[in-house]
Amino acid sequence: MKAVCWEGRKNVRVEEVPDPKILNTRDVILRVTSTAICGSDLHLYNGFIPTMKRGDIVGHEFMGEVMEAGPAVRNLKVGDRVVVPFPIACGECAMCRQDLFSVCENSNPNGWMAEKLWGHSPAGIFGYSHLLGGFAGGQAEYVRVPFADVGPLKVPAGMPDEQALFLSDIFPTGYMGADMCGIKPGDVIAVWGAGPVGLFAMASAYLLGAERVIAIDRFPYRLQLARERARVWETINYEETDVLDRLNELTGGRGPDACIDAVGMEAHGPAAMYAYDRAKQALMLETDRPLALREAIQACRNGGTVSVIGVYGGFIDKFPMGSLMNRSLTIRTGQCHVQRYMRPLLERIQRGEIDPSFVITHRMRLEDAPRGYDMFLHKRDNCEKVVLST
Amino acid sequence: MTTATHRTDSGGTSPGLFDDPARVARGLGWFSIGLGLAEIAAPRGLARMIGVDDDDDNRTTLFALGLREIASGVGVLARPRSPVPMWARLGGDVMDLALLGRALRSDASQTGRVTAATAAVVGVTVLDALTAQQLHGESRAGTGNGRRRGEVQVSRAITVNRPRAEVYGFWRDLENLPRFMEHLESVRVLGQKRSHWKARAPAGTTVEWDAETIDERPNELIAWRSLPGADVTNAGNVRFADAPAGGTEVLVQLSYEPPGGKLAATLAKLFGEEPSLQLSGDLRRFKQVMELGEVIRSDATVTRGPHPARPPELDEIPDDDSSAAREEALEGATR
Repeated sequence: MKAVCWEGRKNVRVEEVPDPKILNTRDVILRVTSTAICGSDLHLYNGFIPTMKRGDIVGHEFMGEVMEAGPAVRNLKVGDRVVVPFPIACGECAMCRQDLFSVCENSNPNGWMAEKLWGHSPAGIFGYSHLLGGFAGGQAEYVRVPFADVGPLKVPAGMPDEQALFLSDIFPTGYMGADMCGIKPGDVIAVWGAGPVGLFAMASAYLLGAERVIAIDRFPYRLQLARERARVWETINYEETDVLDRLNELTGGRGPDACIDAVGMEAHGPAAMYAYDRAKQALMLETDRPLALREAIQACRNGGTVSVIGVYGGFIDKFPMGSLMNRSLTIRTGQCHVQRYMRPLLERIQRGEIDPSFVITHRMRLEDAPRGYDMFLHKRDNCEKVVLST
Repeated sequence: MTTATHRTDSGGTSPGLFDDPARVARGLGWFSIGLGLAEIAAPRGLARMIGVDDDDDNRTTLFALGLREIASGVGVLARPRSPVPMWARLGGDVMDLALLGRALRSDASQTGRVTAATAAVVGVTVLDALTAQQLHGESRAGTGNGRRRGEVQVSRAITVNRPRAEVYGFWRDLENLPRFMEHLESVRVLGQKRSHWKARAPAGTTVEWDAETIDERPNELIAWRSLPGADVTNAGNVRFADAPAGGTEVLVQLSYEPPGGKLAATLAKLFGEEPSLQLSGDLRRFKQVMELGEVIRSDATVTRGPHPARPPELDEIPDDDSSAAREEALEGATR
């Protein structure tokens, strides 16, 4: 089959690889119909995620049709159309039983690698390094899905791929970002990053009852998408305006009730701070550039919540712990527990409350993935979201 | 997941003058280096301080003693647990006392100062002797934790979301162990307490041994050790306890003497056969077998040795017990 393989920094190639096989009793093999390039795939592409090996198949946002099912899979049959959550979760361990699927205790066969870096291991993830399991990803013609009786969700007949696909990651991830804010009527929510996850966080904040949502980014086309498609109240371009000053003006000096970091480890920011963090990152003195996170903490109102859904990999420098501690802030974070949110969000789509396909700007064939990665990375042609079809 | 590495640093030592003779040895090592530097850098001042004549002979002697002192300090610091450098220090003390005795009889010396210096050296000599003796005793009895030379000890813990009796019962059937212990090829139960073990060793070799169960408390503890004649002398125990919030805490302690001794163990580590990581992986698979009924594979981990995260070719999947067990599980579809 054809698959998108990581071949080193800024190098992905579509290669001919062996077809997937059933390896465990609860596996299914899917024929992938649609898959997408995620912002977090760019962290792999840029070489910031450790334990990648040349030849790894990438991709964790995908959906498709069941081709083959392991003997213990009873809920799915050949021909079913499903969308698959990006964290792999067993459904049986203590964490899964508490709906904390992205920290499943059984789904990472390379848990020892994660333990070395993070102390304990989270769940395995499709196509996202050996540290997170060494599972082949879904940017391919076929993919093996473990624990198919827990993760995959059947897509209702008649719902197009483009409406269902983002239930695999970015819609639930953005939604969880808003959910972790504990939104109450009257709340003002600021979201750093108007990429696809940021847009879903903004839209979800309104779904959860926020009064006003403010979007922060540096690309005018993304801020325009936030205004037009996520209906945000106000936007801030951090290359033109001082974010903290502007947020204070917009919130009567209080600061937003909750701040969402939908940027993560490869943030940009004011030239001097960016240069400082980029240099430390290049010298391996820090692995992640936390510019957005620092700003989100400083901006948040006293007693407010900072919700972190942008991906971080390792260690950061100059973390404003004093601001966090002295002002009674709460930090909430996590890889999304997608399995918890999929069904209720599917129902919201069915009720017409949201059409997730609004983030798509580019549609390509799987074979064009290398061009898609390059375009998405450099934000060429106002690229927001690339969907690949097989 | 709850895994932890436990260290057992002390326990079992007979109470001595000092809780930790190695710590005293280290202090003495640094003291030696300081004194040696003073003897080399400021022989004149030192000669005056200890009350001997500041002539060329004495300065040369002090310079030589300084070199000896530094060498002895470095020796002790390099091996603070070994009695050998401490015995060497004691030899130096005796030499110092002899020299001071001669100085005491010399007319050129200030008797009061030489006497004080002698008293100080006697004090250090006593300390050296006691420390050397204690380290000597320890090295004969093994180290403080009863570990023999060249022995590797590891321990790890994991929480399994299943009742204690079930978890204990599975482990107690030793023939189950190769299902999750990657290096074990087979365990055959020979009788009530005896079993025969076969394991893969580094560089494609196999090792075998007979073992006996030496302690067994239902739902609490199983302990075993290898019998004489084993390829690898080893012992271990596994403890089972209720986790406070449900499930079972399993703590495994293993010790073994790797063939080829410490050197072989170090080489094995270099090639990624780290015993505590190995045990951690084994316990992770144990948890999977208990909670899910099978070991979970990814595309990269189903083959032996490094493999990219892409489906393996059929002939890349090793044809061994674990894959046979997998086939069996796939056919039987038991959960």
